[in-house]
Amino acid sequence: MSEKGGGSAVKDPGAEPTLGTSWVPHPSQSRTDPFEDTLRRLREAFHSGCTRPAEFRAEQLQALGRFLQENKQLLHDALAQDLHKSAFDSDISELIICQNEINLALQNLQAWMKDEPGSTNWFTKLDSAFIRKEPFGLVLIIAPWNYPVNLTLVPLVGALAAGNCVVLKPSEISRGTEKVLAEVLPKYLDQRCFAMVLGGPEETGQLLEHKFDYIFFTGSPRVGKIVMTAATKHLTPVTLELGGKNPCYVDDDCDPQIVANRVAWFRYFNAGQTCVAPDYLLCSPEMQERLLPALQSTITRFYGDDPQSSPNLGRIINQKHFQRLRALLGCGRVAIGGQSDERDRYIAPTVLVDVQETEPVMQEEIFGPILPIMNVRGLDEAIEFINRREKPLALYAFSNSSQVVNQMLEQTSSGSFVGNDGFIHMTLSSLPFGGVGHSGMGRYHGKFTFDTFSHHRACLLCPAGLEKLNNIRYPPYSDRVQQLVHWVLGSQSCTIL
Amino acid sequence: MEREVQRVRQAFLSGRSRPLRFRLQQLEALRRMVQEREKDILAAIRSDLCKSEFNAYSQEVITVLGEIDFMLENLPEWVAAKPVKKNLLTMLDEAYLQPQPLGVVLIIGAWNYPFVLTIQPLIGAIAAGNAVIIKPSELSENTATILAKLLPQYLDQDLYIVINGGVEETTELLKQRFDHILYTGNTAVGKIVMEAAAKHLTPVTLELGGKSPCYIDKDCDLDIVCRRITWGKYMNCGQTCIAPDYILCEASLQNQIVQKIKETVKEFYGENVKESPDYERIINLRHFKRILSLLEGQKIAFGGETDEATRYIAPTVLTDVDPKTKVMQEEIFGPVLPIVPVKNVDEAINFINEREKPLALYVFSHNNKLIKRMIDETSSGGVTGNDVIMHFMLNSFPFGGVGSSGMGAYHGKHSFDTFSHQRPCLLKSLKREGANKLRYPPNSQSKVDWGKFFLLKRFNKQKLGLLFLTFLGIVAAVLVKKYQAVLRRKALLIFLVVHRLRWSTKQR
Repeated sequence: MSEKGGGSAVKDPGAEPTLGTSWVPHPSQSRTDPFEDTLRRLREAFHSGCTRPAEFRAEQLQALGRFLQENKQLLHDALAQDLHKSAFDSDISELIICQNEINLALQNLQAWMKDEPGSTNWFTKLDSAFIRKEPFGLVLIIAPWNYPVNLTLVPLVGALAAGNCVVLKPSEISRGTEKVLAEVLPKYLDQRCFAMVLGGPEETGQLLEHKFDYIFFTGSPRVGKIVMTAATKHLTPVTLELGGKNPCYVDDDCDPQIVANRVAWFRYFNAGQTCVAPDYLLCSPEMQERLLPALQSTITRFYGDDPQSSPNLGRIINQKHFQRLRALLGCGRVAIGGQSDERDRYIAPTVLVDVQETEPVMQEEIFGPILPIMNVRGLDEAIEFINRREKPLALYAFSNSSQVVNQMLEQTSSGSFVGNDGFIHMTLSSLPFGGVGHSGMGRYHGKFTFDTFSHHRACLLCPAGLEKLNNIRYPPYSDRVQQLVHWVLGSQSCTIL
Repeated sequence: MEREVQRVRQAFLSGRSRPLRFRLQQLEALRRMVQEREKDILAAIRSDLCKSEFNAYSQEVITVLGEIDFMLENLPEWVAAKPVKKNLLTMLDEAYLQPQPLGVVLIIGAWNYPFVLTIQPLIGAIAAGNAVIIKPSELSENTATILAKLLPQYLDQDLYIVINGGVEETTELLKQRFDHILYTGNTAVGKIVMEAAAKHLTPVTLELGGKSPCYIDKDCDLDIVCRRITWGKYMNCGQTCIAPDYILCEASLQNQIVQKIKETVKEFYGENVKESPDYERIINLRHFKRILSLLEGQKIAFGGETDEATRYIAPTVLTDVDPKTKVMQEEIFGPVLPIVPVKNVDEAINFINEREKPLALYVFSHNNKLIKRMIDETSSGGVTGNDVIMHFMLNSFPFGGVGSSGMGAYHGKHSFDTFSHQRPCLLKSLKREGANKLRYPPNSQSKVDWGKFFLLKRFNKQKLGLLFLTFLGIVAAVLVKKYQAVLRRKALLIFLVVHRLRWSTKQR
């Protein structure tokens, strides 16, 4: 059972355990290693084998589920505080998703843990061949601030299901959620096998100097490189869920109102702070003319005449990002929105037109409620535009013609692809979620998370006897044996190998 | 260097490596190359490692041919989109995984099996539709040369190129940007490769090494065990990443093991091993000297003869080896087999777990429970029980390390997957926008009561009835599918209940 109250995470009396049982390094400890004890404890626990049995893993997952259910209000409040998220948005984009992942893992744990049989060949027909899923050991999950519950707990579900010990580093930027996770979550999970580490870039850097058996990072490509470089020291495999500029192509042959509904919803959800949000639109000038009034109508319908007073529109996470986004409002020309309020960290749902490719809004991932429209003359130019840039995390194409959609799919690359909608594919746990190129490496969700945090070990058990069959492989290789081997294995029958 | 890489990238961007037919053609051409130029390839391997043609054929060429055939047979299935299970929200959409090539792949080969360790990854990269730059190991010079000569004669010259060179050239090459790097070699260079890859966020597969332990239980047939170990250990003069590196066993077994290995060596390689055509040589002087230094201060039970001129080291066994000595500190990669006595299997497991995770683990026992325990309580890239090496041979198996023995895996479909991006795709239609109203703001209490809001606002009563029926139909279908086992069992009961209901309705 999970130990209630915990407390063993805090080792040094010099430390100021400001938040529950989670560990925050004290300035006086900058010389010593603040994490060594915690990590050693977790490693010992892993070696003891306590995380291996299915019962233990299921208990941890159930406890995680209870954490979500029993602290729903706390989490709603924290998300409202951090991102001005409404309860509805918090439910559909964070809590329900986490709960679904937990349920999926609990339902399928036995099946996922089972050895996978391998098919044998001519040489190994009499053997037993299987692939064993093993936990890596001590894994580190570094989470971002934009969906601070979802993007922290969903990887955790897979890591626990796979039988690892986990160090969790939630984002310090989403302070409200960090506080709830730090104070409350450790009470639910077994303290021997789970630790929360808090802090900013400096503490994370120190943490990364240690050896982990797997690192799962969600964040920007810039920090992704730092994480991967740090992982190199210990040859630690990584999954990097990064980002980029997700293009959204709109064909002329479309109902602009439907497109506007779908694009606007996904763009402005969470005030645009979503790694898979459509980042910019690509369409013809004619389509742009039809889209603009449709987008305005959608925005008004969604958020009212005064979006700032809508409970359904989020806020920018902090001043730094607010200032960054406000500066982007100066790019191109504001066609819709453009208002901002510093005190509230509010930016209106905005559409920019007449944007140059060289302007900042087209050079960095926007991560805000601003939608630039770039004009292209047709599908080929759009494809060429997209392929000149880094591979995005998601790619969207709107068209009534399946030929157009398929051509876009075939001639581009991206983490994922959705035709005629936004990131609704995230609701399907049978689809893996991950990037390619600069948008990331590795993938997760559902069983893919379990597989990510497992080492697939090839096991072959040969019969202890029947040695005569092996004689053919032993030297000396007489001419006759050589001929035989050539004949048996030389021609088309090489598939037996 | 940059220009070469750019040229290959342009070739990839032309799109011609993508169609299935092209990939199959290239693989067939590769097959022809291996068959038509077999003699040249075997001669090159022979010059590098003093390997007999038969050994080169059976250890390297066969695996390559087998892999190509496996790809040719399965590729059409693998390149196809794979539909995935959908949920209620996406029931009417198309959802699938579409494998796509990554782009330009760099394969850095190793010298110990210079042909297969370069070509087998190449096969996977071609099969996945990528362009490939191959950098064979400069230590196996002749194979590197022959690959540079032959590949352009059979494969597309712009999509698949060979770049040869030493440390300097490889360092320059690693500065370039690739879409995947597969490196086979040692841990130290593995780190260099990963660090270079991190600069471009390039995913890597690292096939490294380590000390692969071999536990011999007292409950086993030592004759058979020692034959198998001898085969696997001294093949390629011990220069195999998955060779049993050292033996763990109870002290009482040592003498017997030594004796039986000695007999087997004689059987395999004759009285004078140096003259056996089936026994290879150490790749170069540096490694020869390195392995020699591992013998210092050790109890040589048999073997130990060396000849610097020919880089010959006899099959050697060391006994009562102290774990703190040099031979137990690094991967031996030579024909020296230390035996480290342990009290029992518990000690053996602790011994293994105190060290870095190895690429392979071997356990010999008649006791299946013991083998199971050894697997359950340790970790390694792969395992073979009651034999050595063999798990490498199955192309349904992923081949790769864990921890410092590597990351990622390849062989067969795992190669295809390694070199592909499995792209999740969801295709919806622009119709049925009404269904989306549920998710759009403003969110109100009425949205929670979705049935009333959705149905009453959008449809009239007739359509409502139809929609209800459809929804019930979907729910029923899902439920039936989920519980069909239960339903089958309770079919009779359900029938009776329904019959009863109908009868009672009729009565009214």
